[in-house]
Parts: sequence; C-alpha cells; structure tokens
Amino acid sequence: MSGRRTAALPTPVALLFLLPAAALFGIFVLYPMATALTYSLFSWRGTAQEAFVGLDNFVALFTTEPYRSQLPRAFAHNALLFAGAMVVQNSVGLLLAYVLHRRERVRRLFQVLYTMPYLVSPLVVGYLWSLLLSPLFGPVNAVLRAVGLESVAQPWLGDPDTALWVVVLVTAWQWVGFPLLIYGAALGSLDPTMEEAAMLDGATSRQRFWHVTLPMLLPVIGTVSVLTFIFSMEAFPIPYALGGSNGSPAGATDVMSLLFYRTAFSSGASNAIGISSAVAIVLFVVIVGVSVLFTRWFRKVERGLT
Amino acid sequence: MKRAAVHVVLWGYAAVALLPLLIMVWNSFRTDQELVAEPLGLPVSPSFDAYREAWVEASFSTYFLNSVLVTTASVALSTAVSLLAAYALARSRSRLMGVIEQVFVSGLMMPVFLMIVPIFYLLDTIGLASTRTGLILVYSAVSIPFSVFVLATFLRQLPVELEDAARIDGAGPLRTFWSVLLPLVRPAVATVVVFRFVPIWNDFFYPLILVRDRAQYTLPVGLTTFFGEYQTSWSTLFAGLVIATLPLVLLFLVATRQIVAGLTAGMGR
Repeated sequence: MSGRRTAALPTPVALLFLLPAAALFGIFVLYPMATALTYSLFSWRGTAQEAFVGLDNFVALFTTEPYRSQLPRAFAHNALLFAGAMVVQNSVGLLLAYVLHRRERVRRLFQVLYTMPYLVSPLVVGYLWSLLLSPLFGPVNAVLRAVGLESVAQPWLGDPDTALWVVVLVTAWQWVGFPLLIYGAALGSLDPTMEEAAMLDGATSRQRFWHVTLPMLLPVIGTVSVLTFIFSMEAFPIPYALGGSNGSPAGATDVMSLLFYRTAFSSGASNAIGISSAVAIVLFVVIVGVSVLFTRWFRKVERGLT
Repeated sequence: MKRAAVHVVLWGYAAVALLPLLIMVWNSFRTDQELVAEPLGLPVSPSFDAYREAWVEASFSTYFLNSVLVTTASVALSTAVSLLAAYALARSRSRLMGVIEQVFVSGLMMPVFLMIVPIFYLLDTIGLASTRTGLILVYSAVSIPFSVFVLATFLRQLPVELEDAARIDGAGPLRTFWSVLLPLVRPAVATVVVFRFVPIWNDFFYPLILVRDRAQYTLPVGLTTFFGEYQTSWSTLFAGLVIATLPLVLLFLVATRQIVAGLTAGMGR
C-alpha cells in the first residue's frame, strides 16, 4: 500500500486524540495494577504501609490459619465450578447447538430463549435461586412433593452436602447460553461439503457427528474452555448471593473471590492488605498460567489431529 | 433423531431456561400468604403491592436512578474516549501507536481482584470515595480495552478514500473525524454500547467495595442490603429482582440482533 493512499494522522495529532483514553486508563487501571504488585511485598498496619517483607505474605498464606485451610478449599470449589460448567456446556450445550444447527426456521427463537439466563445479572440469578429453593415457599421442593418425592425435598442451601452442588448447577445453568451461541456460530461456519461427503460414503448421523463435525469444532471448544476457566475462577456474585461472604453453610460454598473479599475488607486483620493482595496475585497467576499452558497443549493436540 | 424427540428436547430445555425467570415475574404479583399456601400457584388476582413496597419503602427508586445514571454516564464517557483513541490508533502509522494499542488490549485480561484495593485508596485520596463520579470513572477506564479493540478493528476496515477526499477539501483531523467517520462508525458504536451496558448495569463487585453510602448505591448493591432487610417479605424480594432485570429485557428486545452477533463475533472460523 502506498503511503499516499492511507489517511495517516500526524503523530502529534494522534497523541492528542489518544490523550483522554490514555489518562483514564493510566490513572484507574495501570497505576492500580502496578501498585497492587508492590502491595503484596510489604507488611501493613491497617492502611499504613510498613516494612518490605519480600514473599512473607505468600508464605503466610500457605502456612498460617485460617488461610492455610481456606485457600485450598476455596480453590477446590472453583475447580468444581469449572468442571460443572464444562460438563453441562459440552453435553447439553453442544447437543442443543447441534440440534438447532439443522433447524434454521426455529434456530433464532430457541437461541434467544436459551440465552436469557445468561443476560440476567448473576447476582439476580443467585438470589432468585435462593428463593426458588426456599424450604418454606420454594417451588422446587413443592414440585418434588407434588410428584411424590417428599423424601428428596430439603433445605438445599442449608445443608453443607448439597449447597455447593446448588452453586455449581446454578452457575452452569446461567452460563450455558454463552457456549451454546458460540458453538452454534461455529457450526454455521463449518464447510458443509465435508458432512455431505461423509453422508455419500454411507456414514450414519452418529458417525458423522463424532468423526467429522466434532473434530472440526475442537478449536472453538478449546477457546470456550479457556473462557469458562477464567469465568469459573473469578466467580463472585452467584456464590455471594447463595452463601453470603462467608460461604455458608460452614464454608461449603466458599470460593477464591469470597476469600479475597473477606480477607481484604472484613477480616479486621492488621495485615489485611498484604495478605489479600497475595491472594489476588495467586489467583491471577493461576488464571494466566493455566490459560497459557492449556492453550499451548490444546494447539499441540489440534495439530496432532490434522 | 426423531422429530418428536427433537421437540421434547428443544422445548424441554426452553422450560429449564425460562421457567425460573417466569416464576420470578409471576411470584412478584402474588402476596406472601399466597406464596406459602400455594408455592406453585399462578397470580390469580395480581397485586402490585410488592412493587410499591420495593420502589418506595425499600429505596429501589434511588438505586434504580443511580444505576441509570452510572451506567449511561460510564458507557457514554468510555465510548467517547475510546472512539477518539481508536481513530488515532487506526489511522496513525507511528510505531509508538502500536505499543500503546498493545497496552490497551492487554487490559482485556484485567485482574479485577488485584486492582480493587489500590482503586479504593486512589478514590479516597482524590476525594471521590463512595461517590457515583468515582464509580463512573472506574467503569469508563475498565471499559476502554474492549471498546478500543472493537472500534479500532472496525475503523481499519473502513476505506480511507473518504477521509482523503475530506483532507484534500481542506478539512482538519477533528472535522474529518466528526463529519466523515462518525456517521460510518455507528454499527460498531452500537455494539460497544450494548456490550458495555450489560456488564456495567449488572456489576456488583465495584460498588460493593467502592460505595459505602446507601444514597449512592446502584441496584446490585441495593439488592444485597434489601435481601438482608426484607428476608421474610418474599413477594417484595421477587419484585426487586424484576426491577433489576427489566431494563436488560428491554435492551435485549431492542438489540437482539447485535447481542447474538456480538457474542459470537470472531468465534466461528
């Protein structure tokens, strides 16, 4: 392309246009991000920064109570949120996207219906399910009683054994519309001649799905998996609405974000800032690390297949 | 799959996805007594008491206005500054601009938990702690990566001939931007507006931490105090949830096409 054809802006003018965005971004994003990194390396007394302590805050996170026992527990719960979302989106989500793919007339209608929970605020979703599962007037238990499953009806959010599963299922229920839409778009952009060729060769519809369509979808499934991981690790409003900031009952619904929130803003510990910054950094490193490693591994798998 | 089986699957999941939301709506029109007596009943004689109570007594009118103000101001401010920045990035050939764009886009993976404590103290230092202005500035800043990314991508696809013509006619950069580019960039602006409106309207994390004054609460934080105080007034709780959701439903009805297209943009290949 010749220089004459591009409507280039002179650099000083371009910088002037950039200035408002750069100022906002610098003050409210870059500056906090940079200072947060240093926060975790100091000890604090309330809001006063004290001595440089190196990695002591991180050591404390893994060796002193309550963090030593709460951190792995919260992390395991986030991992379960991820597993639950993966199972639901790659079974229910993928099946529905596949079924809709061949039914153009009703596709848009059902896509819209299935995406509704995803568009509602996750906090509203959490509170809504806490009402629906109420032992007093909750429709869920009422339905169970109506169909004769009286013994199954129970205070779902009051029992540590069921509360976490409620969080996992409610989260998956809200999230599934997103992968469903993306799988739908990916199916729409696949080359239909491949499936037709397989059909001419006498492949059954099941064989076509497993050996033709699914392999072509793998790259998208990989991308969605990474997004699902990030989203699961940062889950906050749904656990907050269903179990409060302490992850009730008895920490059964505690997750990383709640641990961070409690440590930073309601623990009353004098070194709250140091420790909570360490929690945030651990979480960030896990998210970035796993996302990068997974993407690399997944590319390798993809290359092996083609 | 057999036709009947397909219909069972499609409508079955539609029920799973929508029934909870429908129950939310119709339970908001029933009284607490009706809810306990018949958890599965329909609103036979619809009552608006729950809405009156939520709106007037539980301060939802305040929360709602705060949410409208904060969300629209944040979306407007971030879209305006992002559009200017995207224009500079898309139409400059300086290497420095490439670096700046990288910095902006890296913000797409922003660690919100890491940033929130410093933001809290920053707002305190500049006297904006617990204010809607502080919240608007923070939302605008965190919206920049997404908005700049979408707008710059779109601007790069536009032909430059029109701008060249305007320049030859003697229009300066600002004039060219205002009267040539702005009309063309409308579809991308619509996408950015819709896609920043939803998460900011729904956001609960920033105001929970940054806003301590009830008069400044947005709807999501308002909901948390409301659920603590109205624990036993169930239909009012349902009404509160409906009030928090209604604007999104309206937006969705107006912009279904943009939402579905935007959610899936660049995902298929």
